[in-house]
Amino acid sequence: MSIEEVHPKSQFLRDERLPHIWCPGCGLGIVLQSYINAAEKSGIRLENHVLISGIGCTARLPGYANLDTYHTTHGRGIPFATGMKIANPDLKVTVISGDGDLFNIGGNHFIHAARRNMDLLVVCVNNFNYGMTGGQHGSTTPPSSLSSSTPYGNIEQSFNLPYLAAAIGASYVARWTVMHPRQFTKSLSKAMDIRGFAFVEVLSPCPPNFGKFNGFSDGFAEMEFYRKNSVVDNEAKLEDVSIDPHHGKQIILGEFVNKRRPSFIELEREVNRRAMVVEK
Amino acid sequence: MLPPGKYFTDGNFAATEGALYGGCRFFAGYPITPSSEILERMSRRLPEVGGHFIEMEDEIASIAAIIGASNGGLKSMTATSGPGFSLMQENIGLGMITETPTVIIDEMRAGPSTGIPTRVGQGDVMQTRWGSHGDLAPITYSPNSVQESFDLTILAFNSAEIYRQPVIIASDQVIGHLSEILTVGNPEEYEVIQRLTRKKANGNHNTFSYSDDFIPMFVPGTGFRGNVDSLTHDEMGYPSNDASVEREMLEHLLGKIKRNETKIIRFEEYMTDDAKVIVVAYGITSRSAKKAVKNARDEGLKVGLFRPITLWPFPEGRIVELAEKTRKFIVPEINYGQYSHPVREFSRRETEEIHFPPGAIPDFKIILREIERSFT
Repeated sequence: MSIEEVHPKSQFLRDERLPHIWCPGCGLGIVLQSYINAAEKSGIRLENHVLISGIGCTARLPGYANLDTYHTTHGRGIPFATGMKIANPDLKVTVISGDGDLFNIGGNHFIHAARRNMDLLVVCVNNFNYGMTGGQHGSTTPPSSLSSSTPYGNIEQSFNLPYLAAAIGASYVARWTVMHPRQFTKSLSKAMDIRGFAFVEVLSPCPPNFGKFNGFSDGFAEMEFYRKNSVVDNEAKLEDVSIDPHHGKQIILGEFVNKRRPSFIELEREVNRRAMVVEK
Repeated sequence: MLPPGKYFTDGNFAATEGALYGGCRFFAGYPITPSSEILERMSRRLPEVGGHFIEMEDEIASIAAIIGASNGGLKSMTATSGPGFSLMQENIGLGMITETPTVIIDEMRAGPSTGIPTRVGQGDVMQTRWGSHGDLAPITYSPNSVQESFDLTILAFNSAEIYRQPVIIASDQVIGHLSEILTVGNPEEYEVIQRLTRKKANGNHNTFSYSDDFIPMFVPGTGFRGNVDSLTHDEMGYPSNDASVEREMLEHLLGKIKRNETKIIRFEEYMTDDAKVIVVAYGITSRSAKKAVKNARDEGLKVGLFRPITLWPFPEGRIVELAEKTRKFIVPEINYGQYSHPVREFSRRETEEIHFPPGAIPDFKIILREIERSFT
């Protein structure tokens, strides 16, 4: 038996850019592989998949995928993607970025894209802190967590992302962890078929920052924590799915929303058709 | 498209129709006085011509969306005023580093901050040059009439395509809102540069080229597999921490404009041949200045008017030439001295500033008085 020294997903990766910049124990490799598997299974021509990000560790992910990829400015992946999708509606546009990028600096764009039911898949890799700048806290850092900017513990309430996305009207909402790659990949595949705004949150360890500050010896320990302390409940009441591990709360995972309402692109097409009739 | 003919209309109407003429098929914007009429008219007109309109949640989203749309394959633009233009600065840099053609109309109003939204200003002139961080070589047009609001918007779309970067039109509240005659010619009179694109390349998917000033953009969805990056990048679009890559990239970004300056720069001169004193004025101020120069000529004073139509790149060569036979420049502006700085720097002549406080059209008599004083 010969040993094949090629990554099985090599054709979907920019080999010349590897190794990646991520730390040992980081979950982003799993996220990248899950995205590639989902895109492959999506039934959409691979050429039509476009991957867009803002800034941060997760935002480096598109750069390793052998697709048309766009690494934009901090927090602005969603509005950039909005423009691209409207201009070129045949594309399957996925925004993949971190919690800090999507919900702190870019939070306004997220709620408006969800409200519009913009035809985008937004994947938030939530590691509960700003990894790239050294582990400062943000709007997704659980209460009482330590971070490099909450040395006495985080006193702020954190965002409950599925609840937020559902309240605004997202067509698809799910949450998994990188210890649930099969369910996560399946969710991504499903979300790629959604016409409208789809949102998938995936919890991922950040060993040198959130992990270290909050008592996890390494990335694996943090992943194990997610596995042991999470339950799948697709019917969960979304106001109860906030993440609060320091106060003994279980992490609720699942596919929470999958409903159909007309998407921005569908409605725009209809309105523009009427306008062109007026012109004639 | 607007049929050929004469229209009695305002600058905002002319800019909108000029944009459509220039091929704009995507507009994203946020309402702001005094440019809102462009957004309103675009919302009606773009669907009629098969284009797309979206009102975004703020100006940051607006410029991100037009850069995204342009990368998606459509000519795009936004329109704003001072406060919105300030919000757009970071992503103007994104447009520059990703070499994305797009057009931004900034209708200048009184500032700083909210200032006087309904009144004229020219306080964004340096912001169009230096507003976004890092080294940039922006192209900024300055219309001074309804006609130029139409013509220069077409030109701005062409320049954006040729030089692959955001192009700014620094108009002002008065030009946007004043009504006068707009003459639209036959379509064959207007050159409109079409978007050049690259599709799936034969194993060659470099997003950029640093040896060639002009390389077409790739279109997503065609199997090109390119990377577009806000980080300093090489020709493949791949990020790099290497100072030599930064230098190569920057010398390309700045060099493609520098090497083509003579093709880009436009200006207009009035009675400068024998002028001992030259007034340099742009936008609405140039119209007050022209009246002042005419009156001064009637008094026998050898004065001329130099009107930059491209504020940036700075018309350095012509200013240096004019300076050889001119002893003094006068720069009236609706701000406290901005364009006077490069005029002084490059002319190396006495350069007098006239500061018109934002909020009103400059009174030609104040400029005339300064001209007269220069000859006593």
